[in-house]
Amino acid sequence: MKILVAVKRVIDYNVQIRVKEDNSGVVTDNVKMSTNPPDDNAIEEAVKIKEAGKAKEIVAITIGDDKAQETVRKALAVGADRGIHVKADGIVEPLAVSKILKAVVEKEKPDLVFMGKQAIDDDCNQTGQMLAALLDWPQATFASKIEVSEKSLTVTREVDEGLETIEVNIPAIVTCDLRLNEPRYASLPNIMKAKKKPLDLMTASDLGIDTKPRIEQIKVEEPPKRKAGIKVSNVAELVNKLKNEAKVI
Amino acid sequence: MSREVMEYDVVIVGAGPSGLATAIKLKQLKSDLNICILEKASEIGAHILSGNVFETRALDELLPNWKDLNSPIKTKVTKEKFLFLGKTKSLSWPTWLLPKVQQNHKNYIISLANLCRWLGEQAESLGVEIFPGFPASEIIYNEDGSVKGIATQDMGLDKDGNKKDSFESGIELHAKVTVFAEGCRGHLGKELIKKFELDKGKDPQQYGIGFKEIWEIEEKKHDEGLVMHTAGWPLDNKTYGGSFVYHAENKQIFLGYVIGLDYQNPHLSPFDEFQRFKTHPSIKKILEGGKRISYGARALIEGGLQSLPKMYMPGALLVGCDAGTLNMPKIKGSHTAMKSGMIAAETIFSHITEKKSLSIYDDKFKRSWLYKELRAARNVKPSFKWGLILGIIFTGIDQIIFRGKLPFTLKHHHADHETLKPANEMPKIEYPKPDNIITFDKTSSVYLTGTNHTENQPVHLKLKNPNLPIDFTLNKYDEPAQRYCPVGVYEVQIENSLPKFVINSQNCIHCKTCDIKEPSQNITWVTPEGGGGPKYGNM
Repeated sequence: MKILVAVKRVIDYNVQIRVKEDNSGVVTDNVKMSTNPPDDNAIEEAVKIKEAGKAKEIVAITIGDDKAQETVRKALAVGADRGIHVKADGIVEPLAVSKILKAVVEKEKPDLVFMGKQAIDDDCNQTGQMLAALLDWPQATFASKIEVSEKSLTVTREVDEGLETIEVNIPAIVTCDLRLNEPRYASLPNIMKAKKKPLDLMTASDLGIDTKPRIEQIKVEEPPKRKAGIKVSNVAELVNKLKNEAKVI
Repeated sequence: MSREVMEYDVVIVGAGPSGLATAIKLKQLKSDLNICILEKASEIGAHILSGNVFETRALDELLPNWKDLNSPIKTKVTKEKFLFLGKTKSLSWPTWLLPKVQQNHKNYIISLANLCRWLGEQAESLGVEIFPGFPASEIIYNEDGSVKGIATQDMGLDKDGNKKDSFESGIELHAKVTVFAEGCRGHLGKELIKKFELDKGKDPQQYGIGFKEIWEIEEKKHDEGLVMHTAGWPLDNKTYGGSFVYHAENKQIFLGYVIGLDYQNPHLSPFDEFQRFKTHPSIKKILEGGKRISYGARALIEGGLQSLPKMYMPGALLVGCDAGTLNMPKIKGSHTAMKSGMIAAETIFSHITEKKSLSIYDDKFKRSWLYKELRAARNVKPSFKWGLILGIIFTGIDQIIFRGKLPFTLKHHHADHETLKPANEMPKIEYPKPDNIITFDKTSSVYLTGTNHTENQPVHLKLKNPNLPIDFTLNKYDEPAQRYCPVGVYEVQIENSLPKFVINSQNCIHCKTCDIKEPSQNITWVTPEGGGGPKYGNM
């Protein structure tokens, strides 16, 4: 079995996001970037499946500018065998990402495609679903547990009501939740070895995909500042305020 | 326990200006050397904090064509001001009356973090291997006691030291020469200084704590290239310190405050002094209408030549402020750190190719402009023990008339942890409440540093005696850790009407102040799990 894992380079989750003064986006210059956290879970799960002898090869793919390659190298350092970097500058929307992934899937012919449930930068939560539609493959989203058998996967999903367990046939798309596993650290020797692992470079246009955005971004703003809270002296006052001032009950 | 071993010609601990300059110079001298740099931050520059007005002297020697290499050194100093602050008034000191060391017209306003990122690229393009996110946590010695290399931190331990599923053992890096470039109060440097008695016959090291905020200010108030320093208010005559305000590019100003850690009053809160400083009319008017976008703090070296330890030992060298090469009256340590690294590189080159002893570092250092510079600067900081006014008068005589060539050397008599007076003998200080516009509290400030440490890891701020803070320090000094820590790591909470000492190590920004100032030297800073700590952008 072969697993393709998609990883994205995003602003590190510890960094305080700052909006550009002209409201055209957020500041990314000199800002610490990292792998999208649930993508780390996706890689970890693929590596675990390989370690259990149920997969032969893991291919990590990323789409983005030159520096996005770091994200693939990190995936290689924790156990992916091969990397693909599809070069694309600027914003690449989920539909374009899905089309690129589809083209790569048709070339690579993996049995499974893993990725994070959503990216923490645009919070779209669309790519996995769109890719499933484009490929007409089954999808298991928000996976918090994955069991692999020969022809199918049993996946526990984190849904609003609790946990839902489904079975999907292989080939399939799985989007991973943070509770799926605890990603391992890349060791120093493995980072060295990762530098020597094969990494294919291509562009979106090599694959015949137009990545021009279809959504016009009008402006990016900071959320309104939270007002200071007040102390209420009793429950009646609280209920009164919730009812008449906040109008939430 | 046997760990995996990797062999290098040279291992460098720390990707700051000194470590990177060492690596670049070494590769220029001998391109086939295997060199690796370990950096505890998640990326180069993320733990660096500095003013910074940069003198290019060392860089001119290291990379003479730096202007063609797309370096981040762009904003030339165009104007200078020096203000003495009273409580509401300010007195401008004419620039021509400043000692030469404090004149900056040939220098640049830079972000040291960005300079290091760029130096990192230069080093990598020469074939240096740089590993961010890997703290060197331990020194490995040969049987004869010489330094063999270092070991990296184990990853994936829980707070009790048990291995988690994600456990990844540290590895050993062995080298012909190990270079320690951890910056001020490096925790391995501290061990080496003690073990090899490198500070024998030297004065105790002196430190300061430096704060920095980056503000985006209104265009009409921004004057790109303007460098301003202040002395005086809010500090009293006995406390050594001052501020800087640098107008950088993109409407940003770098605003900071440095306070000598030899202060005596345990009620003093360096953080609150810095916040209060911003309310001075001459500073407030710059900030009004602007927005604070970054915050950070870091201890710095102030001891100068008298306190500079021996920088070589069998198998290893200390460079930059891991030894203490900062030039205090110049308020600059980047060019001196780089130069010390370049001298280290020449030493290592001779050691490896001609089997010369590492002790030639000392001769090379003494023949360099770095030594001359530090020697001329040596009497400034110690003269401030007489207070701000006498210190300034002496400095004027020493620096302007004698140009640092007075035939005597003033001494530093006390280490910074010895200077606190008992709390009941010193006046309490009431600090104004933050207004959240110009002044802020520690909680909202630490948020801007982006600092984080993976939960459930061993606490990296070790107490030699866990009972001492409550049993002794609280009583005698009102536990000053609550105040000298710039991010509120240390708290005394009341639990069941009994005081309890709490360490919020997750908030730590690796400034090392506690390791320096704790009056009983009861707190030891060690490396946390790799990648932890602040995520400074362009500090």
